[in-house]
Order: sequence, then structure tokens, then C-alpha cells
Amino acid sequence: MTALLEVGGLTKRFGGLVAVKDISFKIEAGEILGLIGPNGSGKSTVMKCIMGIEKPNAGTVKLSGTDVAGWPTHRIARQGVGIVFQHARPLQRQTILEHIILALLPDNLLMLRTDHSVRQRAEAIAARVGLTAVMHRLPRTLAFADLRRLELAKAIARNPKVVLVDEPFAGLTAAEVTDFSNLIASFRAEGHAVLLVDHNVKGVAALVDRVLAMYLGEHVAEGTAEEVMANETVRRVYLGGKIETAARPEREGKGHTPLLDVRNLGVLYGKATAIDDVSIHVGEGEFVSVVGLNGAGKTTLFNAISGLVPYSGAINWRGTPLAGKTAGAIARTGIVQCPETRELFGDMSVRENLDLGGQHMTPAESTRQLDWLFGLFPILKSRQGQAARTLSGGEQQMLAIARALMMHPKLLILDEPTLGLAPVILEQLSKALETLRQTTDITVLLGEQNVTFALPHADRVYVIEHSRIVWEGDPARFAEEAGAGYL
Amino acid sequence: MARNRTFLLVAPALIVMALLPLGVGGYILGLLTVAYYTAVFAMSWDLLFGFAGEVNFGPSFLIGVGAYVAALLNHYWGWPIPACLACGAVAAVIGGAVLAVPALRLSGPYFGLITLVAVLMLQNIIVLNAGITGGEIGIDIPDVLSIDETTNYFYAFGFMVVSGGILFGLSRSPVGLILQASGQDAIEAAALGFNVAKHKLTAFCISAFFSGLAGGMLIFYMGTASVGTVVDIAVGVNVIIAAVLGGRRTILGAAVGSIFLIGANEVLRPLGQLATFVVSAVALVVILFFPGGFLGNYLHTGGRE
Repeated sequence: MTALLEVGGLTKRFGGLVAVKDISFKIEAGEILGLIGPNGSGKSTVMKCIMGIEKPNAGTVKLSGTDVAGWPTHRIARQGVGIVFQHARPLQRQTILEHIILALLPDNLLMLRTDHSVRQRAEAIAARVGLTAVMHRLPRTLAFADLRRLELAKAIARNPKVVLVDEPFAGLTAAEVTDFSNLIASFRAEGHAVLLVDHNVKGVAALVDRVLAMYLGEHVAEGTAEEVMANETVRRVYLGGKIETAARPEREGKGHTPLLDVRNLGVLYGKATAIDDVSIHVGEGEFVSVVGLNGAGKTTLFNAISGLVPYSGAINWRGTPLAGKTAGAIARTGIVQCPETRELFGDMSVRENLDLGGQHMTPAESTRQLDWLFGLFPILKSRQGQAARTLSGGEQQMLAIARALMMHPKLLILDEPTLGLAPVILEQLSKALETLRQTTDITVLLGEQNVTFALPHADRVYVIEHSRIVWEGDPARFAEEAGAGYL
Repeated sequence: MARNRTFLLVAPALIVMALLPLGVGGYILGLLTVAYYTAVFAMSWDLLFGFAGEVNFGPSFLIGVGAYVAALLNHYWGWPIPACLACGAVAAVIGGAVLAVPALRLSGPYFGLITLVAVLMLQNIIVLNAGITGGEIGIDIPDVLSIDETTNYFYAFGFMVVSGGILFGLSRSPVGLILQASGQDAIEAAALGFNVAKHKLTAFCISAFFSGLAGGMLIFYMGTASVGTVVDIAVGVNVIIAAVLGGRRTILGAAVGSIFLIGANEVLRPLGQLATFVVSAVALVVILFFPGGFLGNYLHTGGRE
């Protein structure tokens, strides 16, 4: 019997970078294969090559024996491949039900009306993924998990033989993860071939039949989840060295000059409270971490400090209130935010992105700063000429931080720098932060949900939960006092 | 629900428009006749911009090809008007397809730039071949649709209603949905199995067909075809302003915008040169502060929030 999906010798190059190197695997009907690897390992590129979004340079992609490598995406889709994108960009003016109906339509120019059965099928699919209650609403009014459900619903509507799922559980709560696991398992039960793409084995272990691990574009290991987790190369790639706590060398006056003082801050999004009576302070030269889960209010807090959202309460910077200043004026006073979304200029090279950050400096200063940054993030030095868009997630994050540092910030705000990064990258990032902390007197405000990343560097920790600060203290006391509720 | 709102808006407006010849003079009917043809230009343009997501900076290329082919056939060979109109519309579709096939391969602003260049080329060809086309002065047309203002008014009115009905129906059909998905996220639309290029090309051809046909009708109303009325960049810019003013992705809004634009220009005529400035300023304010246009908010609160 031919496998539903058979990939052979797949290779994809972007310029000089080999993103995928000679990858082969097959998935039978009713089987779930997990494709895992840290950021930049090429797993997403493999998925895009199967879907035809990227054209492979070499290799075959066989669907029930038909080689579709290099075909346009819409023909591959009609041949029986469906994809569940991680980031949905739904139509703004169509209801959820209409989105599902769209996925049910044939590629036909003469479809001027749909009959009632299409609508009924769409309603049935909405019920299956749990969207019945919201199916007449517009996408922008939906919660994140429901938008992911919509993506699943669209894949179900196409009824593809092969389903590709990109990071199925990113950003979901435990209960939602269970729901999604069941839905994905139902694909298997119906005899589809499923490819799950994710960062680590643990997340998908319960669901997958087999796992293929990739690293830097190459095949590293393949087998059951247990076998792959036990594989030595995989362990080295993922676990790397241990992250250790280290106290920062004491400095004169550290923590005594109040640099930033936030008092009774409140932020409303429409009727929803995003920040409720939050007070924090950051002293000169301090490294303060704000930890909290997705949606706790970290980003909103930072955006208020940067002047990006209206707020009530007071924010004082070196004793003067920031209220009424524009975001640009606030940035010029030395508060530089490195946002979660990174906001790089994708088509510009790494060097150009950095030069932009150093616009206000003299050339000599700028060169000195660049040298220092390349010492901090050596990988960026070798990638100078590359377009920022083509960097891996981890490299992009380093570039975003480096660009922020080019501006000589007094206060550097890092919003979720670890978002979506694999452990091996975390470690590099962690080392860079530690160097930064030990060798300069920069003040840092770090927002994180990854506690193991946030604690080692911090002088002081705030825990934010449901829009409020619920704990403040020394990182050493975090585990016993706040850890239980958080981890 | 959205359907009801649209009906409530459109039906009374159409009745008033149909009854107008009973109450107003020939001058106003003449203005509205031009406004109705402009409305078809703007609605065709909105199908491309609002739904396929492609900015066509040269609607007057399609209009001009349709108008001039019809004009030349009538002027030199004395073909009957319907044959001239049909050939003009077909020529606009062919011209549009020749332009769009290579242009749609390019992404981002390049499609728009190509359409802009096409207008300049068409204008140049007409001016350079002044011996045949009448150059900048224009070409006179022996036949006219009618010499009676009311008849002309109803030709334009009927044409606008039919074209608008077809374009609006198309935009609300499953094909319109696919088109909108293709315009917004081409990769995702392709992953759902839709041939994005095919759908966009079809939209372009439909847009070209109605633009060319309306261009032909307009010159048979005016009795002359000239670069200034059907080809010039300014003609295209007016069409774009009308469509955006009325409301992107509404089709009907484009018609409202066209009638408003021509009406406003007329009302402000006593201001002389200043009239254009005032109208442009109003357009700017609407685009800046109400990007949804006149109808944007009205027609789209249909889905439950």
C-alpha cells in the first residue's frame, strides 16, 4: 500500500542558507506524525514545501503516489492537502459561518449561489469544533481559541487526505489543549494522515504515533515519542546547558534612585479591564521581571509606559509625569520597548535594521556600539547582509533586542523575548542577557511567562495575574511564596 | 438582516430617481446622466479594489479603450450603436486581460503602477495618431443614443441599475466571497484550493467589461470622444475618489459617491476654480476620518457584533 504522504529527499535553500536538507518521511492513512525542532530548524519550511507555498529545490512530495512537488498551492490543496495555519487572518466582514462556507466552495467561477445543503454542512462542522454559539459573529469579536477552532473547521470542510497542523497548541489553555487534541485525534480516526509541527516532543507526545526531529534543516532522529526524547542528539539540542541563577555585582546607589514609578495604573479596552490598579517601581540599574501568563496584562502595562495606550493613574519617569507625552517623545527620554511582535523591518538587512536604531549617533559611536552588540550576539555579525525577514525566530529576537540597545536606552523594556523560541535559543539569549546585566548598568524591565527564563536574571520580581499585581519580591523567595500557584 | 437594510436604502432611492424626469429640468437630467455612467465606472473599480484587493490606478485605460473603439467604429465605418458598444466592451476586456495577466504576477504596488503606465500609453497613442483619432481635440461621432434628455436619462439610469445589480449580486455571491478571500490572504485562499490568479483575472475582466461598455455609452451620449473626458488620469482619479468616498467593498457606495461628486462639483460651480479644491478637501476629510466611506458603516453592521 502506498503511503498517503511520502516526502523524499526534500531540500530547500534560501540564498546560501540551507533551510531543509534531504528530509524524507512517510505518513500512512490514520497516522499522526509529529515534526519537531527548535526555531530555525526548518520544520515550517518542510510544511510550506508540502503545501506548495515554497517550491522545494530538490526532492519529491508524493500524495498517494502522485508527485506534487513544485505544483501551485491551489492544485496541491485540491489533490487533498489541507493546512491549519498558526496565525489566522480571517476576513473581517464575514461571519464565522460564512468562513466555513467559503472553505466548502468549489473553485468555480459560476458559483453564484449556494444551496441549502452547503449551509447545513457548514453548521454541522461548526458544531463539531464547538463554534455553534458564535457562528453568526464576526471574527474580531472572537477569543483566540475560537479563531484556532475556525482554522480547524476550515480544514475539516475541505476534507483533505493529508492534514498539516502548525503548532496546534500555541497560546491555548490546558482545557482547550484537550479539546484540540480530541479534534486532531478525530482526523486520525477518520483515516486522514496528519502532520503536526511543533517545538518540542512533550507538547505532542500524547497525540502522535511517531516523531521526526529536525535541527538546522537536518533529520536528527525518528521513532516513538519516548525514543526521540531519549535520543542523545535531541537531548543535547533541546536541553543544552543548565540555566543558573547569578547575582549581579552590587553597584553604588543601585535600586535607590527611582527611575520609573507607576502608580495606580488602570487601562480599559472598551469595557474590559486590562490593567487594574497596578503600581510598580524600577530603580536605576535594576533588572525587574514581571511574570504572568498570556493575557495577564504584561503587554498592556508596557504599552501604557511607552505611551501607546490611554490610561488612568500616574507614570513618573525620573520624577516627571509622562502623561500627555507622545510615544515618540517618551522613547526619546530613554524608555525603549522591544515588543513581543519584534517589529523588525523585514525587507531590510540585519545591518540596516541596526543602523536605523543608531541613527542619532555619530559614526564613531555607532561603530563602537555595533562592535559591542556583535560581541553580545555573534550570530548577527555573520548575518549582517541577510534580510531580517529570512532570519529564524530566535535570530529575529536577538536582532530586535540589539536594535533596541543601539538606541542606548536608559530603560529597556523586553516583552516576552522567549515567545515561540526553542530551549537552545533560550540559552543563548539568556547568556546574552546575563552578559548585559553583568557588564553594563542598564535598567531592564522584563515581561515573561517563562519563569525559568525570567527569574535567574531578576533583582526583583512582580507577578501579574488577571490584570493585577499579586506578588512582589526577591526571586529567591518566588518558588516558595508564589511558585505554587504559578507553576 | 444586512439584505433588508440594503433594500431599505436602495428601493426608495431608485423610485425617486425613476420619478425625477417629472420634476426637474433637462440640465439636471443631463448632469445625472453623466453621473450614472460615472457610477458604473466606480462600481466596476470597487469590484477590483474592494474585493480582489488590487488597486487599479488606471480605470480610465479600460474606459478609454471601450470608448475609443466604439467611437472609431462608428466614425469610420458607421456601424450601428449596439455593435460599436459590444466591440468596445470586448476590446476593453481584451485590453484589460493583456494588461492584467503579466501585472497580476507582480505583488504589492506593482500592479497599480502598471495600470497607471497603461493610461499614459493609451493617451500617447491617441495623441500621436491624431490623424485617425482626432488627437487632443477629440473625435466626433455621427450617431447619438437620443437627442431627448429624458430618454438619455433613462438609458443611463437603466444601464446603471442593471450593471449595479449584476456587480452587487456578484459581490455577495460565493464567487465574491472567494474573491475577497483571495484579495485578503492569497496564500490561505490557495491553501483552500482556490486558484487565486484565475479569480482575480476574472474580476479584472468583469470590471473591464462594464467600464468599457459604460465608456462607450458615455461617448454616444456626448456625441464626441476626447482624451479629456474618457482617458485622462484625472478621469480615473475622479472614479477612484468617488468609489472610496462612497465606501470601499460596498459596490453601491461607489454609485452614491459618483452622484455626490458630480452633484457637489455642480453646486459649487459659482466658486469657479475653487470648486474642485473644495470637493477634493471634502473627499480628503471623508477618507481620513471615515475610511469606511458613506455606506461603509451603514451596510456592514449587518453581522452581529
